[in-house]
Amino acid sequence: MKSILIKNGTIIDPSQDLEEKRDILIIDGQIAPNGSSKYAVSEDVRAYGSSVSHQTIDATGCFVTPGLIDIHVHFREPGDEEEETIASGSAAAVAGGFTSVCCMPNTKPALDSEASIEFILEESKRVGLANVFPVGAITKGREGKELAEIGSMKARGAIAFSDDGVGVADSSVMRKTFQYCRMFDALIMQHCEDHALSGGAMHAGLVSTILGLGGIPAEAEQLMIARDLLLNRTIGCRYHVQHISTAFSVELIRRGKKDGLNVTAEVSPHHLLLTDESCRTYDTSYKMNPPLRTAQDVKACIDGVIDGTIDILATDHAPHLAEEKELEFPYAPFGINMLECALGLYIKALIEPGHVSWMKLIDMMSTRPAQIVQLDRGTLRAGAVADVTIIDPEVAWKVDMDSWKSKSRNSPFDGWSLKGRATHTIVSGKLKWSQHSA
Amino acid sequence: MSEEIRWTRKHLLGLEELSADEIRFVLDTAQSLKEVSTRSIKKVPALRGRVVVNAFFEDSTRTRNSFSLAAQRLSADVIEFTERGSSVSKGETLVDTARTIEAMGIDILVVRHSAAGAAQLLSRTLKCSIVNGGDGAHEHPTQGLLDLYTIRERFGKIAGLKIAIVGDIGNSRVARSDLWGMTKLGAEVILVGPPTLVSKSFEQLGARVEYDFDKVVGEVDVIYMLRVQNERMKSAQFPTVREFTKLYGLTWDRFQRCKKDVFIMHPGPMNRGVEIQSDIADGNQSGILKQVENGLAVRMAVLYLVSQAAGANSV
Amino acid sequence: MRTAYDTSDVKRLIDDLTSRIARAFTPEETLNIVGIRTRGETLAQRLSASLQSQGFQKIGRGVLDITLYRDDLSEIGPRPLVKPTHLDVSIDDAPLLLVDDVLFTGRSIRAALDALSDFGRPSAIRLAVLIDRGGRELPIQADFVALTLKDVPKDHRVNVRLLENDGKDEIIVEPRGAQ
Repeated sequence: MKSILIKNGTIIDPSQDLEEKRDILIIDGQIAPNGSSKYAVSEDVRAYGSSVSHQTIDATGCFVTPGLIDIHVHFREPGDEEEETIASGSAAAVAGGFTSVCCMPNTKPALDSEASIEFILEESKRVGLANVFPVGAITKGREGKELAEIGSMKARGAIAFSDDGVGVADSSVMRKTFQYCRMFDALIMQHCEDHALSGGAMHAGLVSTILGLGGIPAEAEQLMIARDLLLNRTIGCRYHVQHISTAFSVELIRRGKKDGLNVTAEVSPHHLLLTDESCRTYDTSYKMNPPLRTAQDVKACIDGVIDGTIDILATDHAPHLAEEKELEFPYAPFGINMLECALGLYIKALIEPGHVSWMKLIDMMSTRPAQIVQLDRGTLRAGAVADVTIIDPEVAWKVDMDSWKSKSRNSPFDGWSLKGRATHTIVSGKLKWSQHSA
Repeated sequence: MSEEIRWTRKHLLGLEELSADEIRFVLDTAQSLKEVSTRSIKKVPALRGRVVVNAFFEDSTRTRNSFSLAAQRLSADVIEFTERGSSVSKGETLVDTARTIEAMGIDILVVRHSAAGAAQLLSRTLKCSIVNGGDGAHEHPTQGLLDLYTIRERFGKIAGLKIAIVGDIGNSRVARSDLWGMTKLGAEVILVGPPTLVSKSFEQLGARVEYDFDKVVGEVDVIYMLRVQNERMKSAQFPTVREFTKLYGLTWDRFQRCKKDVFIMHPGPMNRGVEIQSDIADGNQSGILKQVENGLAVRMAVLYLVSQAAGANSV
Repeated sequence: MRTAYDTSDVKRLIDDLTSRIARAFTPEETLNIVGIRTRGETLAQRLSASLQSQGFQKIGRGVLDITLYRDDLSEIGPRPLVKPTHLDVSIDDAPLLLVDDVLFTGRSIRAALDALSDFGRPSAIRLAVLIDRGGRELPIQADFVALTLKDVPKDHRVNVRLLENDGKDEIIVEPRGAQ
């Protein structure tokens, strides 16, 4: 029997509304019966005696939380393994404090078949670091025309469905998607971008006018959100808006929720911290989709986090090699590498200015994501799978891209001074990463 | 003349970042260099032994020849690099291509490219001087400078003038460079075109935006016509060339309603009969040929000044 | 070493220079006088006015800006403004008098000779300077010198100030950087 005793930490468990200084014991991959109950953990230790092979982690001054879950990452396997593989991506995930991630289907080929779902799950198991759950494509080849085998993929283990990278453009196909997915109670994650309106390289605004770059208007995102909310009104499929970025997008979700519509939403760290002004020097590190918007949009997203319109915090981790990004701005690929600095960035954006409490932060990074994708995770209650993240909220550190486990190095946050990071990541009761072994 | 200003920039990437004094300094230098083209031996040794490469990734005989001649007048060695047949067409990136060129030992790279920010990218990745010959819809600084020179030559000043720039502003690097230069030197700029081609954002940059050309035609000292491009019709930004000419062309009829001594300009090449009538373009109120003539002196000044600054920096 | 020369000194030096030049050339024949910007040109103006009043009828005038011909391209950092060169007369087959205020390393004169060769072929080029301060780096000598200063330290400047440019006539020898 293997066990880990985490001592002297403060447990933050949103699933039990628990914030308390206490120890926690993990036995054989599960939170021990008394692990986070009112009873002393030492009872568990005594109960299992010395036949247990034991590891102790001193979490003094740290938070002990359910493992962080990122439901939006891009691992480039199959197809672009030089940018990232499931192995390197999982390593990056645990180094960032994440115990589970959901990987998007815009691989080459797309994850639009049972075989590809199987492949991801097998590979995740083989690598044995973070849990990698595949998101299946909505349409064949993500072409937006014909539905993919959603039922079979779900049965095989696809955790949700998305054509991410693009949204489903054809309204008729989208309506059928809602109807079909409803049957399986499948979750749809939509990359909301009206492609006819879009096509630029950065946010359409004053900065893009000055720079002479084609713009991506805010309306491109809002249009698809509005359309989907309307299409889904009478169907009620579970629907999740990915990487929200504009003020009115947040407002649309807010109104939708008020009307009782089935919708959840996520945001990415850069949309809470940066604006399109960062693109002034044509530095492609700041090129992503949806693009960096204006200060008003940033504020609206933060307000959306505070009032619950935005349910969860994700990363949209999108690795690209340095030479792929070293192109003219219009031709460089979209995306930034996020897993290994997301937590620190969210602390900077939300905790430090006092916008949210630690309880809410962990809720949005663990408990709520687990609920949305219907994973039995995001909790430290007795008997739960022992996915645990230990976070030191005070440690000052600098983002150092060169030390990353990810294969790629594309981030505008390199060199940023942050406060707070994960120190240990435990998946299924095994320590998969700690700062000292890094 | 602005004697106190020194030119310390080893790159010329755009007019946005230049001060009014720096712009005047370039114009004054160009004025002195104009004289070189009047001699029988049209050369000075200022850039002797320096290598200037014209890297034109986008077609342009006119600008390329202008830079080429300017460099030769300064006694530089000139290399012409055009995209066709180069490694770029075989899939090499811009940065790799530029690095290969730089490895030959060059001093100034003049670059024209269809992507906005291309010159910026190269200035970050190479060590030589970069002169922006036009990058996408972003800037065309030497065009802006020669336009300012031509206006100053004609009116003796730029401050206080009213200048209308007409046409496809949104996609025009010339319009942007002119906007920066003209407003910095105190002119009032009016951007004229349809809303699909002229974004309201330009008002935040100090310009007036007008959709009705006729409203503006009688109040301006300079009318600067831009070229109409067929791609705009195809992407639904404007119905037809015919309608464009009706609404925004400099027709003879509109010309009659202009100020008596209005000055007509165009960056070339012109679509005769489309944005501008032939007889107006060829008439004595047209500065179009002067622009080309001044382009040579301005480019000589730019090449001279960036090479001076680069030399100073490397000491 | 004397470090200051006032207005009357300067007048005396220029008059001396003028009379020696007048003796060396023939008033009835063409003489082209070209000044090197900026104060060389001012001196050339004064010289040609004086010579005209002494009977020289065929004086051709020109002004040279030698900035574009300097061989020390990275010498003193960012350069001052290039000013126009005006040489509208033909300089072929007639004597040309080049005028500058201070002769030091000789590099300015070399640049001027280079520039002149692009314009034509004078029958002879002579050099007139107000001050020769020694310190030559090239084999160049002046034909007419008003004042020779020996032992000026290398870190000192010989500043010639003229009424038309600076408000008064004087010559000051002072360390570089002094206002």
